[in-house]
Amino acid sequence: MDTTSTVERVSATGIISDTIRTNFLNADYGIKSWLLTKDHKRIAILYLISITVFFMIGGAFAAMIRMELITPEADVFTSEAYNKVFTTHGIMMVFFFLIPSIPATLGNFLVPVMVGARDLAFPRINLLSWYIYVIGGLFTLTALVLGGVDTGWTFYTPYSSTYSNGYVMLTGIGIFITGFSSILTGLNFIVTVHKMRAPGLGWFRLPLFVWANYAASLIMVLGTPVVAIGIVMIALERGLGLGIFDPRLGGDPVLFQHIFWFYSHPAVYIMILPGMGVVSEIMACFSRRHIFGYKFIAFSSLGIAIIGFLVWGHHMFVSGQSSYAGIVFSLFTFIVAVPSAIKVFNWTATMHKGRIVYSTPMMYALGFIGLFLVGGLTGLFCASLGVDIHIHDTYFIVAHFHYVMVGGSVMAYLGGIHFWWPKMTGRMYPEGWGRFSALLVFVGFNLTFFPQFIAGYLGMPRRYHVYPPEFQIYNVLSSGGALVLGIGFMIPLIYLFWSLKYGEKAGPNPWRAAGLEWETTSPPPTFNFDYQPVVDHEPYNYSEIDARSSATVSTHSVQEEQHV
Amino acid sequence: MWNFPLLPDQASTFAGRVDGLYFFLVALTAFFTVMISLMVAFMAIRYRESNTKVNRDNPLPENPTMEAVWIGVPLVIVLVIFFWGVNIYFAIARPPANAVDMYVTGKQWMWKIQHPTGQREINEIHVAVGQPVRLTMISQDVIHSFYVPAFRVKQDVLPGRYSQLWFEPTKPGIYHLFCAEFCGTKHSGMIGRVVVMESADYERWLAGGSSNGGSLGQTMADAGAQIFEAQGCITCHKMDDASRAPILKGLYGKSVALNGGETVIADEQYIRESILRSGAKIVAGYGPIMPVYQNRISEDELMQLVSYIKSLGGPATGTPAATPSAAPASETKGTPAAAKPAQNVNEPSRNK
Repeated sequence: MDTTSTVERVSATGIISDTIRTNFLNADYGIKSWLLTKDHKRIAILYLISITVFFMIGGAFAAMIRMELITPEADVFTSEAYNKVFTTHGIMMVFFFLIPSIPATLGNFLVPVMVGARDLAFPRINLLSWYIYVIGGLFTLTALVLGGVDTGWTFYTPYSSTYSNGYVMLTGIGIFITGFSSILTGLNFIVTVHKMRAPGLGWFRLPLFVWANYAASLIMVLGTPVVAIGIVMIALERGLGLGIFDPRLGGDPVLFQHIFWFYSHPAVYIMILPGMGVVSEIMACFSRRHIFGYKFIAFSSLGIAIIGFLVWGHHMFVSGQSSYAGIVFSLFTFIVAVPSAIKVFNWTATMHKGRIVYSTPMMYALGFIGLFLVGGLTGLFCASLGVDIHIHDTYFIVAHFHYVMVGGSVMAYLGGIHFWWPKMTGRMYPEGWGRFSALLVFVGFNLTFFPQFIAGYLGMPRRYHVYPPEFQIYNVLSSGGALVLGIGFMIPLIYLFWSLKYGEKAGPNPWRAAGLEWETTSPPPTFNFDYQPVVDHEPYNYSEIDARSSATVSTHSVQEEQHV
Repeated sequence: MWNFPLLPDQASTFAGRVDGLYFFLVALTAFFTVMISLMVAFMAIRYRESNTKVNRDNPLPENPTMEAVWIGVPLVIVLVIFFWGVNIYFAIARPPANAVDMYVTGKQWMWKIQHPTGQREINEIHVAVGQPVRLTMISQDVIHSFYVPAFRVKQDVLPGRYSQLWFEPTKPGIYHLFCAEFCGTKHSGMIGRVVVMESADYERWLAGGSSNGGSLGQTMADAGAQIFEAQGCITCHKMDDASRAPILKGLYGKSVALNGGETVIADEQYIRESILRSGAKIVAGYGPIMPVYQNRISEDELMQLVSYIKSLGGPATGTPAATPSAAPASETKGTPAAAKPAQNVNEPSRNK
């Protein structure tokens, strides 16, 4: 089996896979070679490790929330502690996991390889962005160790600026600093995509993953400074007593919400757009077909990024903003639903007459479609003025955004990690465990968050430490689901780690996938390619790839390889 | 614990309308989720790799017509939902003219309610079936949010600015009142009850005094009139002499010309701001001579002052023609249209 598959890989790619050749992982050893690296792939690995740490911290706090909410009374925490727990969960997950998740790890690793470049446009700035991220994270962790912060991840004023006794400023400084890592990553991606594409790689030959990260980069560069300004304003009010948000000082508390959501709503698209890019790649590869509606998917990413800047007021329908503003924001919110629908329909059409392979990445991608459907369609409830008045700030909203952020972004992230794991590490993960944990995540996720839709429509407000007993059943279901979900997340952590040493060697292109990243070795050499890649064909040319491999290899060995 | 409620009580005129759109959205979500999931499952099985017998010739090419359909159809659907939602929103945003006023002050972590007739409640609000209620709300500290799930209404309660909310209860009962905007340590303890009573019961309740020991016997407007005298407002704001300050009689709801040419509607927010920071909007023809009352009057007192100034009458809008309601509530007990205690505040005979 090994020999046949090696033969096939050689013939499919034209590159000899030599297992002991130099790659970016074994090019140099020692802690210094990592901490001072300018290699985008090593920086991606540094990001991967650090965001996993923050994900585990955020996940631990999620577990504490679900533990407390099993009963309506206060069991585990005081109200003060509980408020800090959900605040920490939100801050860790949003600012230190979800926003950097796909762009800083998979994007960092893949964007230069996918465009056929040696590295990102500014390798030193790329390393700087990781240091900034870590320093910001340390500030926020310090605030946590000293006693935490209880404002919710949204930092609404005047509570955060005047009333909260937590470490608001230290946390804020951490988020402020980390924002710059996001800006630098976005800047790097935009310049790289514009200036460093390989010969022949026109805009419409770019993988959709690159389009999606490009669109997300626009938001990072344009939106992040605004939230930074908001944090500075809180600092000025808290530190110097300058009246910006507190009405007793002549300020306007709702102004903060405008500034905050001007960034933080588009930030949701920073989280989901790269995930959509991942799903496009996986759907095409494991349907063995050219992606359906390439240009529609590509432009819908840009459409989401642009219209996404015009919808922030939908977080504020009951905040006291003008009714007419509410109507405009509602309209734009409905319109931004359309490009998301375009993507879902095109992914579905991509499967038509395909050759569907049930690999772990494909399981995650299919799970993504199902959960994103629910997450996206329940977004219509929230966009609708009449209904949102009732469901705003209830568990309906909590369920909705977890369907998008976890059901969407995290499913896509895990799918992407599995899909490109052989490329990043040169090793295969265990396929059976992969499928099993994908299923577990899907089931656990739905059990955790579906009941919250019902609790929310019943009227259970979010951020409630104790709650009326009629909501209990839904909270018990939710906490049970969280346990399953937690196990589903732990399993990949274990077997991916295991596979680094014991996983089967992958070869350059174990999925027989299209795209420049699969033409180089696994793991790629430090400068990605041993030659200057030239692109002379359309993207997603799966029919050509399959025609070529079936001409040289018997059907038997192809099938056998799939069952590895 | 082992029952599975799916909907909160429907206890206001909005509840049915909001639920109608909600059911439509649930059906839409179910339809598209099931349809696309079935399509995905069908293709995942039919075109599975190991199925070599299936016809894979002529797969779907890129198809602008299909794209147009799945852009156009969702666009039409979302626009329908948009207009439907706006329609309900307008109803929720516009209180009817016959709504009675009540006043809500939020603070960490309690709700204080004042009835125009003088009853004061904490974490509890008594209202009558069929009688629209308009709440004027303010926070003493951080942002809170007044939320009654059974009524399907919610409105943030801001510091420094009045916000308003209205509803018409349709079903007697006791319903949750929640604070929906995170407001600090005891956020989840900032809850209360909305008690919806039949009109007759409500009248009895009004006559019997407040359950929380409020100052029955003095309406909000009366209390406001006392403050008006005690703070010395009355020395400049005379009833018949506009030489030092504008006459306040008939002010509420009127359009006021300001220095600098702007005009502003004299609503609760304007009256509040003019008391606290008189210099912010000065009536045309007057100088900035009024003292600043910020930090000298509590929010509850401000509401009484506003209530008093409203009681001095105004243009037709928002202030129904005064019926002789100076009589105590007990006298109107039992009459079908009795549940209108707010008319007390419109009683013009209290102007001194």
